[in-house]
Amino acid sequence: MIEFEHVGKRFGERVVIEDLSLRIDDGEFFVLVGPSGSGKSTLLRTVNRLAHVDSGIVRVDGRDVSSVEREALRRGIGYAIQSVGLFPHRTVAENIATVPRLLAWSDADVRARVAELIDLLRLDEPGIADRYPHTLSGGQQQRVGVARALAARPRIVLMDEPFGALDPVTRESLQTRLKAIQRDTGTTILFVTHDMDEAFRLGDRVAVMLDGGLAQVGRPLDLLHRPVDDRVRDFVGGTHARLRELAVRTVGGSMRVGDRADGEPVDAADSLQDALASMLAQRRDRLPVRERGAIVGAIVLGDLVAREP
Amino acid sequence: MRGVDASLRGLGRAPFAGRLAPTLRIVVPLTVLVVLLLVLPHSGDWFHAWLPELSHPLYTRTSFAALTLTHVWLVAAATAASVILGLGLGILATRPSGRSLLPTVRAVAVIGQTFPPVAVLAIAVPLLGFGSAPILLALVLYGVLPVLGQSVAGLEQVPASTLHAADGMGYGRWRRLWEVELPLAAGPIMAGVRLSAIVSVGTATIGSAVGATTLGSPIIEGLIGNNPAYVVQGALLVGALALSVDGLLGAVERRFQRVR
Repeated sequence: MIEFEHVGKRFGERVVIEDLSLRIDDGEFFVLVGPSGSGKSTLLRTVNRLAHVDSGIVRVDGRDVSSVEREALRRGIGYAIQSVGLFPHRTVAENIATVPRLLAWSDADVRARVAELIDLLRLDEPGIADRYPHTLSGGQQQRVGVARALAARPRIVLMDEPFGALDPVTRESLQTRLKAIQRDTGTTILFVTHDMDEAFRLGDRVAVMLDGGLAQVGRPLDLLHRPVDDRVRDFVGGTHARLRELAVRTVGGSMRVGDRADGEPVDAADSLQDALASMLAQRRDRLPVRERGAIVGAIVLGDLVAREP
Repeated sequence: MRGVDASLRGLGRAPFAGRLAPTLRIVVPLTVLVVLLLVLPHSGDWFHAWLPELSHPLYTRTSFAALTLTHVWLVAAATAASVILGLGLGILATRPSGRSLLPTVRAVAVIGQTFPPVAVLAIAVPLLGFGSAPILLALVLYGVLPVLGQSVAGLEQVPASTLHAADGMGYGRWRRLWEVELPLAAGPIMAGVRLSAIVSVGTATIGSAVGATTLGSPIIEGLIGNNPAYVVQGALLVGALALSVDGLLGAVERRFQRVR
């Protein structure tokens, strides 16, 4: 659990965070989204004290972070950043093992955990564990970065635009993997991004941060349907809000159960955006829906268009 | 940067000829040095044949082996002191708390470099007396700058993202320095150490002008006594020694650079 209580922070004259309060629950995937300079990265860094607060309190599992020894605090919290920051003089395995080594795990435990993470992050190219970072692709480097953040099984992981520099395909595959890992392990993740689609894809809850304050906090659909003001409305998508909504909802929730249709079926677990893309590709306005291998119903274009919030 | 790393990493897998070159840079000058030490004491007849007008064609006041040994000792001591001072100041000046010292530290080191060694000797002799002490001081003043400069350069080129990540992982300040910064700066630092040592090998010769026993003794005596044979004997040994030191420290430097 992470709590911010009336947190304030300024760089010289400029106010970066103003009287901000927020509570992130255990096991939650929480996304802070906002434009550059909104203070979201700074807010994230107050949790592991890479940034100190000028006023207010940040608590991790009920303890004021300023009362915890700095290195111990950081070793207990996973951290991944956009520039990755792998150690160039260490192999992939050594990079992943960083925090377990700092925590003085036994060699056997470290080895087992590294192997587990290489598997978990799909770093399954033969011999990759002994390679150096500069021989890896950008996507592989960030997989190692995420593996390193998760290595010591932290209960809280901070991620600062970790996928921001990756191509769309790699980014989406890593998003899917991260979301699955988070769901399986129950890790609390605080994730910063300026990409609204990424925020909606990953976040259980999303906070829109504007000018050093939280403009709105809620589930993705709440933000789309009930933006508190025009600033939030503009930021979450303006006229594209409905298109975004399709990415958040699944086919299963909107299909006509038992109906029939021709064409290549879509999966019940797919997003409505995927279904729409499939309709456009097939030039059809209705498609069959498949669940566990069987056709269970149909999805209809008119329903997507007419759908009430 | 990556291109350089890749080519350096490639050294380990280079074909035979590629691997031979660095080895030759050590073996050849060392062999020459050893052969010179063995042969020179018995070369009186050759120098006599070349310069028949000299009554003493071979330097015999101190054995060449003893001269080489004291010369090496002087250079080693001066280089060690330069590394301790240069690296220490370099580390200090790149810490957040010491960053304000950086311009001052640089200025002092540059002043040390602009002072001619002979001038250092002239000032040092009245204070320290004749012998090895004044030349040791001059060598250290001279040798600090390359080590300091390269230490600062090496430490500052460690990627900021790597340091940021190291902080975020929970490295303490000194552990980060030892496990992350110094290994990544080791290549440039060793280049500075090598430069410092080579400069010292040459500069140490003038120590003989103030009573230190070095390979400069035959050179200076030869210059004063109009005996070119002495000059040649000293110069040959100094040259071979300088190339040997360069080859050895160069190999260490490449080892460190391959760490990346």
